[in-house]
This record gives sequence, structure tokens and C-alpha cells, in this order.
Amino acid sequence: MPTQLEVRDVTIAYGGRPVVAEVSFVLEQGAIGCLLGPSGCGKTTLLRAIAGFEPVSAGEIRLQGRRVSAPGETLAPERRRVGMVFQDFALFPHLSVERNIAFGLRGASRAERRARVAELLDLVGMKDAARRYPHQLSGGMQQRVALARAMAPRPEILLLDEPFSSMDTELREGLAREVRDLLKADGITAVLVTHDQLEAFAMADQIAVLGDGRVHQWGTGFGLYHEPANRFVADFIGQGVLLPGTVVDELRVKTELGRVAGAKPHGLATGQAVEVLIRPDDMLYDESSPRRASVVARAFRGAEYLYTLRLASGTQVLCLVPSHHQHALGDDIGVRLEAEHLVVFPVGADGSPTRV
Amino acid sequence: MPRSTHSLLVAAIAALTTLPVLAEGEVNVYSARKEDLIKPLLDRFTVQTGIKVNLVTGKEDALLTRLQSEGAASPADVLVTTDAGRLHRAKDAGVTQAAASPALEAAIPASYRDPEGHWFGLSLRARPILYVKGKVDPASLSTYEALADPMWKGKVCVRGSDSIYNQSLVASLIAADGPAATETWAKGLVANLAKPPQGGDRDQVKAAAAGQCDLAIANTYYLAGMLTSADAAEQAAAKQMGVFWPNQGDRGTHVNVSGAAVTKAAKHKAEAIRLMEFMATPESQAWYAEVNGEYPVAPGIPVGPTLAAWGTFKADTLNLARLGELNAEATKLMDRAGWK
Amino acid sequence: MSELAAPVVAAPIPSAAGGRVWWGPGIATLALLLSLPVLVVVGFLFVPSGEVWQHLADTVLADYVSNSLLLMAGVAVGTLIGGVGTAWLTSMCRFPGRGVFEWALLLPMAMPAYIIAYTYTGLLDFAGPVQTMLRAATGWVYGDYWFPQVRSLPGAAVMLALVLYPYVYLLARAAFLGQSLCVLDVSRTLGNGPWRTFFTVALPLARPAIVAGLSLALMETLADYGTVQYFGVATFTTGIFRTWFGLGSAPAAAQLSAVLLGFVLVLILVERLSRRRARYHHTSQREQAIQRFRLGGWRALGAFGFCLVPVLFGFVVPAGQLAWWAATIAHTAYDAAFFTLVQHTLALAAGTALLALLLALLLGYGRRLYPSLAVRASVRTAGLGYAVPGTVIAIGVLIPFAWLDHGIDAWMQATLGVSTGLLLSGTLVALVFAYLVRFLAVALQTVEAGLGKIRPSMDEAGRSLGYRPGEVLRRVHIPMLRGSLLTALLLVFVDVLKELPATLVLRPFNFNTLAVRAYELAADERLADCAPAALTIVLAGLLPVILLSRSITRSRDADTA
Repeated sequence: MPTQLEVRDVTIAYGGRPVVAEVSFVLEQGAIGCLLGPSGCGKTTLLRAIAGFEPVSAGEIRLQGRRVSAPGETLAPERRRVGMVFQDFALFPHLSVERNIAFGLRGASRAERRARVAELLDLVGMKDAARRYPHQLSGGMQQRVALARAMAPRPEILLLDEPFSSMDTELREGLAREVRDLLKADGITAVLVTHDQLEAFAMADQIAVLGDGRVHQWGTGFGLYHEPANRFVADFIGQGVLLPGTVVDELRVKTELGRVAGAKPHGLATGQAVEVLIRPDDMLYDESSPRRASVVARAFRGAEYLYTLRLASGTQVLCLVPSHHQHALGDDIGVRLEAEHLVVFPVGADGSPTRV
Repeated sequence: MPRSTHSLLVAAIAALTTLPVLAEGEVNVYSARKEDLIKPLLDRFTVQTGIKVNLVTGKEDALLTRLQSEGAASPADVLVTTDAGRLHRAKDAGVTQAAASPALEAAIPASYRDPEGHWFGLSLRARPILYVKGKVDPASLSTYEALADPMWKGKVCVRGSDSIYNQSLVASLIAADGPAATETWAKGLVANLAKPPQGGDRDQVKAAAAGQCDLAIANTYYLAGMLTSADAAEQAAAKQMGVFWPNQGDRGTHVNVSGAAVTKAAKHKAEAIRLMEFMATPESQAWYAEVNGEYPVAPGIPVGPTLAAWGTFKADTLNLARLGELNAEATKLMDRAGWK
Repeated sequence: MSELAAPVVAAPIPSAAGGRVWWGPGIATLALLLSLPVLVVVGFLFVPSGEVWQHLADTVLADYVSNSLLLMAGVAVGTLIGGVGTAWLTSMCRFPGRGVFEWALLLPMAMPAYIIAYTYTGLLDFAGPVQTMLRAATGWVYGDYWFPQVRSLPGAAVMLALVLYPYVYLLARAAFLGQSLCVLDVSRTLGNGPWRTFFTVALPLARPAIVAGLSLALMETLADYGTVQYFGVATFTTGIFRTWFGLGSAPAAAQLSAVLLGFVLVLILVERLSRRRARYHHTSQREQAIQRFRLGGWRALGAFGFCLVPVLFGFVVPAGQLAWWAATIAHTAYDAAFFTLVQHTLALAAGTALLALLLALLLGYGRRLYPSLAVRASVRTAGLGYAVPGTVIAIGVLIPFAWLDHGIDAWMQATLGVSTGLLLSGTLVALVFAYLVRFLAVALQTVEAGLGKIRPSMDEAGRSLGYRPGEVLRRVHIPMLRGSLLTALLLVFVDVLKELPATLVLRPFNFNTLAVRAYELAADERLADCAPAALTIVLAGLLPVILLSRSITRSRDADTA
């Protein structure tokens, strides 16, 4: 059974300059993928190429096994069965909500159209607003209508371009989960584009981290966080510090905070100088610990304090501590390193991309 | 294309393309005479003969240029102008053809039609000197040429040099006196103008009546029109003017004809000749005289009381074709003399 | 008129992969066709016309140039003072009647210049009512008193300034309102009153917009034929007519047209440059409530009077005179012939407006879909027609059409033995084509401005839902553009109604328009008789003015004052 979406060695270049370089990934039916990366990394361009709005310079894109994009041939967007939810929703202002949703249902009979529209209105919880017009709806409601409209013609794949960027930050995670539930309920394959990690984690099954047009890593949120493939991913996902260390054996590395052991062999030579990724959640506050650090800065996060601590060597680390423990600047506190995943990079290594 | 756009497009085009359909029992007239001065006559023609008349009016120069560029494909059958010079120019440009019509040749004197039958004058007008009664003694007037005399400084009103009537007048002067003398005369006349040339003939009469000048040069039918006008102010102004016939001692007063010619490309030649013959009948000639205030070309037709009041005069016997031949030179002469 | 909408650069829609190949060449061909008249005229520069041109150069050419320059200078002064002054007063100051003046100052736009010329001639001429009353009251006769001569070059400049200042008014007003209120407030906190703020701060900032408006007014001045012809002012337009028909030399007339186009080109460049700079001078994006300078006492009176003058003399007086004349001859004037005239004119204007709209949609949407260099250049070329005077277009249309007709006729005769006669010249096709050359730009600007407000994501949403580009145009853009489309229709409709010189030359058999009728009657010194036609034109011209004024009051209500 062919995969729903296959992107193979796709390069998109403008005037010789590649915006997307040799990207490959596969998405199974019903899965939700995400293209995650900072601004200008090419994720939106790639999404638009999947939709058919951008041509590819090299490689190919297949939907359900059917080739839709290749150098010199691009199937028109209206001939692909892709649905798209835009950043600004792009609801047609002259049509009511139900007409907007029914817009893509051209071939269906009137009865079929009505049934599908009702089904979708129900799904997104907008039954009462059927007759209203876009300008009468709030941002969240508009987004739901945009989603329903894109889903109505049962597209082979649904593309979402930064769908939550215009929403309030606090709402984003919750909305992301809601949308995920909707998509899963209808069994739709989807690709999401965003620069917000929390959205990505909340919505997607598989996430691709893009930087400079290349995919640095493709995996689950957990995998990206705890097993970043290179410095770029480590840097982009979550927060952390790189602590200098030395390889002890094939599983362990020695640092000034103690030894860190990983579950899998890291493949580096004994005695080699490396850097170890220490995330804030890897550092624990422990008054009984002999290792001390002084508080250089702190940021109140509600449930936690994010402390920036300075170790004896002068290296700074981040430490996430439940906020009952309030320490002042300059305080000397005990810390313990407890990292369950070992993430090491050889010193001098650049963030070269891996293949997914 | 969706149906609504399609029908919209069809509607747009339907509203626009109306190609002239050439049908039987029709005649197409290009007329430089204003519509009001000719349409009643054409309507009478249609009533009498059942032949439909299609009329296009315009400045005669524009019509002539149009005839030339349309060439053999032109739909025009008859060209009606207000000046003999233009008729001659039309013949020269090759857009007319000879019309053999014994009726026309019998009705119209030879000096008022083309010897080869290309055009026929249908009504006559003169261009006398009008003077403000009580202010000017007619005895002090004599000829056109005398108008350049310094005694008339600031006292003459005449319209601009783009008027064909003035161009023909100057052409007749060139024919009589030669270009050099005429240019001197023109410069003298311009120096005598009470105000820079503006407006038409009627404006000159009104200006004279209002006191801006003592003399005006205008066509007879304009004055006649004003005398019978419904506008009381116009009538009063016209009543103040007396008519003086210049050059009675030598060649006679400058006259001109408005006339018609059959176009070379005419598709309805027979109807065209019928129309022209109709316009030369005594009834039509009398209509010209009574309604338009013009002199008939056919002899023996009585003029209305308005014209009769001005008396008879000796008309310049210059072959009117000469007016056309000298037109371009007259225009350039007027330019050089500064006649705006 | 819609040149006043600020030009919006259409956001590039990525070209539809696999789109129809014929859009691009189609648009280029259309643009080429529309440029034909100008190309023909310029082409004549290379045809020797020797003697006639020499005669022109010797006698009248200097007059044409000097008169045109003087006329432009006069109009420039008039429109600057009138337009900028009233714009400042109504946008930045507060005085009784300001709210009414805001939209009333647009009324003269409904008056074609030649109609206002006829009206004032009737009023102010030596034999007219004003001078007659004056003489009756004082007992003066000619020579005793001085009265300004209406039918003169200064008179023509005044007439044109009275109807053209709204261009400057609208653009200056938009510039003043768009200026950062902070800048003006800073000026005030530094102690500058309304005068100084105006001259030292507001005016320089608004300069590009003012220059753009002025260029438009001057283009219309150069294109005017009816007014200067009636007033006896020898300018290029009257010279072209005279040379073409009077001296019988089409090449020389075309060459005069080319010289005229040279002037126009300078103005176009000035206008485009200024408009581009005007965008950068738009310092504030936020709509704020405007704190207006309050004028009191005699200052308020002065402001009131200053704004009253253009409205009174540009619209109220002439319209009143026309209405009076029309009323006095109402019993004879409104006959069957008049209604046929109205019918013809309205049908012509409506048909042309529809065509112009369709073409504008084609061009505007085509540029949105396929913004290649060729397409963009073509669309821009098609949009230059508004600057070309009607006289020039007339020459540029008649000559090639006649040539084409003869060619087709000859070919048809040779191959099929059938004479097709005149297919193009002398029919409405030639006339409508000339109108399109000049007025397509109006529709195009409006449509493009409207399209510019539609985000590209709308296009893509439609495409992703299975609609081809043409269908997206029909189902998404046109419903969203309804307001702009209606505006474009209306603007072209009124412009065709008012057009004079091209109509005079190109109209077919048995076909007269209101404008031509008014012109003929006025030329025949029957001013009162031309009132019904003239009045109808003015009433029609009020429609877009009402539209514009409504959008002004609506945006005014949006910000409280």
C-alpha cells in the first residue's frame, strides 16, 4: 500500500539559491506530520510545494503513490486532492459559514452537500453559526470553519500553514490538541508547519526539524527532545547547555558534575573531548549534594523557577526547580545531575544533517 | 465561458456594433450644414419620394478628410457644403463625380455650378459690410479694401481666420488684387480690429450693436436669422445694423454658394441626383429663401421681405471654383498677417 | 478619476503550474493594440511633411507652445491654491460648514470644462446679462469700463482650474490625513500655529501627492479641446484639428500630436515618480481621531469664504445657469430627437463601460496570475491611455483603421470577389476602440486597487478547493470586488459621456452624442439651446461625485472628530 505522502530528495531553488535542499520523508495514512523550524528555513515553501503552488527543482512528491510534483511538471493545485488551512484563514467574506464549507463540494448533489456540511459543523462544534458570516466570528471560530472547509471534500492530505500563529499564546496548545482530535476522528493525513515547538508536540506524530532548507531530524517530539541528532536540533528544541566532558567508555562520559551514562553506545573514542547536552530538567536541586553552584539569574515561570547557575569552573547551566524553592541571586545551592539520556557531540562537530 | 459572462459580452457587443446597412430606397448625406439648416428639407424629400435620408453632419474639412480616407468604400452618396471653395476642393481631391442632370443644369445658372457637373450650388449668400445705423454714414463705406484704412482703427469686428467664409473672402481678394496687396490689406484690417477675433458671425453683430465696434462683416443669412429670431435681444441687436454692399463700383460684392456634389463612391447615384434636383425645385429654393434667409440660385424666385429690405446688389462674378484653388494660400496669408 | 486611488502593488501569486500559455501573449497583444494610436502618431515623426510643417513652424507653432505653457501655468496656480488650500482647511481645521465642504468641494468634477466655458461665456460676455445689467445700472458704454474678457487665455485657465482643482484637492487631502499626527502635534507643541505648521511641516510632507494631482490636472489641460477652441486660444489640440482638416495634412497633424505627446510624457514621468515617493511619505498607519485647529472669528469666516468660492463658481453658478436655460426652452427642447440622443449616448457609454470592465478584469487578473515581466509591462502600457489626449487618439485610430479597411477590402475583392466596404472606420468599432484606449486605464486602476486588497491566500484557498484560476475569479474575486467593479463601470460611463474631440472625429452615421450636440449648438452661438444636453451630462457626472463623497464621509465617520 503506497504511503499517503512521499517527499523524495526534493530541492526547491530560486535563481540558483536553494530554499529547500534534498528533503525526504514519508507520511503514512492517518498520520500527522509537522515541519518545524525557525523563520526562513524553507518549511512554508515545502508545504506550498506539496500543495502545488511552488514547483520543485529536483526530486519528486507523490500523493498516494501518484507523482504530483517533479522538475518541469507540476500538477495544478486544483487537480490534487489537497486541503489547506491558511495562516489568515482566507475565509470567503461574501459567503456564509455553511457556504464556505460547501465551497469545495462541487461535484456532490445538494443532499450530499448538505449532509457533509452538517457533519462537519457538528465535528467542529459550529452548528449554531451556520448562517453567520466570517466577519461575525471570533478568531478561534474562524479557524474551525477554515478547518471544516478544508476537510469537507475529504482531501488526500490536509496542509496547515502556521494555523495558530494569530491566536493567543495560552490558547495555542489547547487548540492544537483539539485540532489533532478532529483530524484523528476523521482519519485525515495532515502536515503542519510551525515555528512553535509546543504546537508541534501537541499536534504531530512525526516532526521534521528544518534548518536552512534541510531536514536535520525526523522523529517524535520525545525523540527530538531527548535524542537530538545534531547541535542544531539540540539548540532549537527545548533549552539546554553544552557542558565540556571526556569520554570514559562506550557508554559513559565524565563531566565536572559527575558521570553521565547513556543507554546506547555513542560510538566515540575513549578519551575524546566532547560536549554533553544538559537540559534544565536534567539538573536537580539537592541541598545534600556536594556539588555547589551560585545563582546568577532566575526567571519565574509560575510552577517553576528557571535558574541560571554558575558552577565552580565558571560554566553556566540551567536548572528547573519547583518554585517553592525560592533562592536569591548570589545564593549558593546544591545541585545534582541526573540525565537519563546521554547526548554528546564531538568538539568541533558542526550540525550536519542526518537522513531520516 | 459561464453563461452570465457570455450574455454580458453579447449584450455589450450588441449595444455597440451597428454597421451601416446599405439598403434600397436610401441616400446617405454627408453635410457640413448644421442639421437644423438642412434636415427639414431632407424630411420633405422623404415625405415626397419615400426615399430615406441618412445624415451625418460635421465640419466640412473633417468630412472631406473622411471621404478621402474612406475612398471607394465610403457609404456617402451626397456631400453638402457651405462654401464653394470646399466643393472645388472635394472635386480636386477626387471624391466627387459628374452628375448629368438636365433639370439641375436648367435650374441653376452656370456661374453657380461646376462646368463639368461635379458640384451644384443650391443657395446663395453674400458677405456684406454691416454698419451700426446712426453711428456710421454709409457714404463713408466703399470697398472691402478700404477697410484697412486707418480711419477705421478700432472699429471693425470680424470672426477668426479659421472661418471658411473669411478664407473665401480673402481668396476672392487675392484673385482680384494679387497676394502682396491682399497681405498688406489683411495686416491693415487686423490693426483695425476692435477686439481679437472671437465667436461667430452673430457674435460680431451683437458686439457691434452693444457698442464694441462700428462695422461688422457677416453672412447675410446670419443677419436674417437674427432679425427673425425668437430671442428679443438678438432681434434688437440685428435691427441696429444696416447692410452695405461693398465693391458695387467694381467687381461686386463677394458671394458664395452652399451646394452639393455626388460622391465618387456613391452607391445610390440615382437617389442622390433626385435629392439634388429636389433641392433645386422652386419650392425648395423658396424654402431656402424664406426659412433660411438665403438667396436662391435659381433665377426668378422671389426673396422674403427681410432680404428684400436690403435691396438688390451686384454680385462678384468670379468663378467660385477659384475660391477653392486659392484657399490654402489664403489661410497661410491670414496666418502671416496675424489674423487669429 | 480613479487615478486617485493609491496604487497597490499586487502581491505576487506564484504562477499556476501548468497554466494556460495564452494568457501572457494574449495580454501582450491587447496592450499592443491599445498602444496602436500612440505608435502610429509617433511613427509619423519619421514621415516628411516638409512644407506644411515649415509653415507651421514659421507661424503658429510658437503660439501653440507658448499658449500651452501659459495655460498650464495658469491652471497650475489655480489648482494649487484652490486644491491645496481647501484640502488643508477641510482636513485640518475646524470652522462652520466644514463637514459640508468636505464633499461639496468635489462637485465641480461633474462639470466638463467646455460646458462651464459655454456657461460663463453666456453669463459674462459683453452682450450677456451681467455686463448688460452693469451698463444699464451705471449708464456706461463700451470703452468706459474694464471688464475681464472671458473668452481669452486667462479665461480658459480659470475655467480649467475651476473644474480640475478637485484632483489636487483629493490627493492633497489624502496626504494631509495620512500624515503622522504625531508630526503635526509636535509642530504644535513647539508653538507653531496652523499657518506655520502648514507651510513648514504639512506642505513639504504632502508635496509628492500634490505634485501627482497637479500632473493629472495638467494632463487634462493639455487634452482639452472644447474650451480652448471655443475661447479662440490656439493650442496644440486646436492646432491639430486645424492642420489635419484645414490645411489637409494628416502627417503634419500627426507630428503636432507627437510634440504634444512629448509634453504629456514629461507629465507622466513626474506623476509616476511623485506617486512612488508619496508612498514613502505616508508616515502613519494608524487611524486616529484628528485634533483639528479651531478657527474662530474672522479666520473662520475667511475659511468659509475660501471654500465657498470654488464650489459656488465651479458648480452652483454654472449648474444654475444651465438649469435656467433648460427651463426656459423646456417646451421645445425635450422632443423625440433629444431622447434618441440620450438613448444613443447612454447605450454607447454603457456598452463601452462593460467592455472596459471585462478587459480590465482580464488584464488585472492576468497580471495577478502570471506576473512575468512581459505581462507587467503590458499591463502598465495599457494603463497609460488616460494621459493621451482624445484628439491624438482620434488621429491614431482613423488612419490605421482606414488603412486596414482598405487592405481587407482589397484582399477580399482579390480572393473572394466580394467588397466588404468599411468594416471598422466610420463605425462604432472605431469610436469604442478610441474610448477604450483612453478610458481602460480608469477601469484598470480601480480593478487593480480592488484586487490588491484581496490577499493571495484567497486565491490559493479557492485553488486548493478544486477551482481553476478562471473559476476562482468568478466565484471568489468578482463577488469580493463588487464595489470596485461598480465604481469602475461608473467612472468609465461618465468619462465616455463627457468625451468630445475623439467623438467629433470618429462617430458614425446618424449618431450624435450629448457632448457633440452641446458643442455644435454652442459653436452655432445657441447657448441656451445647448443647456438640455449640457445639463444631462452634468447630472450624469454627479453620480461618481456622489460615490466619492460618500466614501469620504464614510471614512470620516470612522474616525471621530
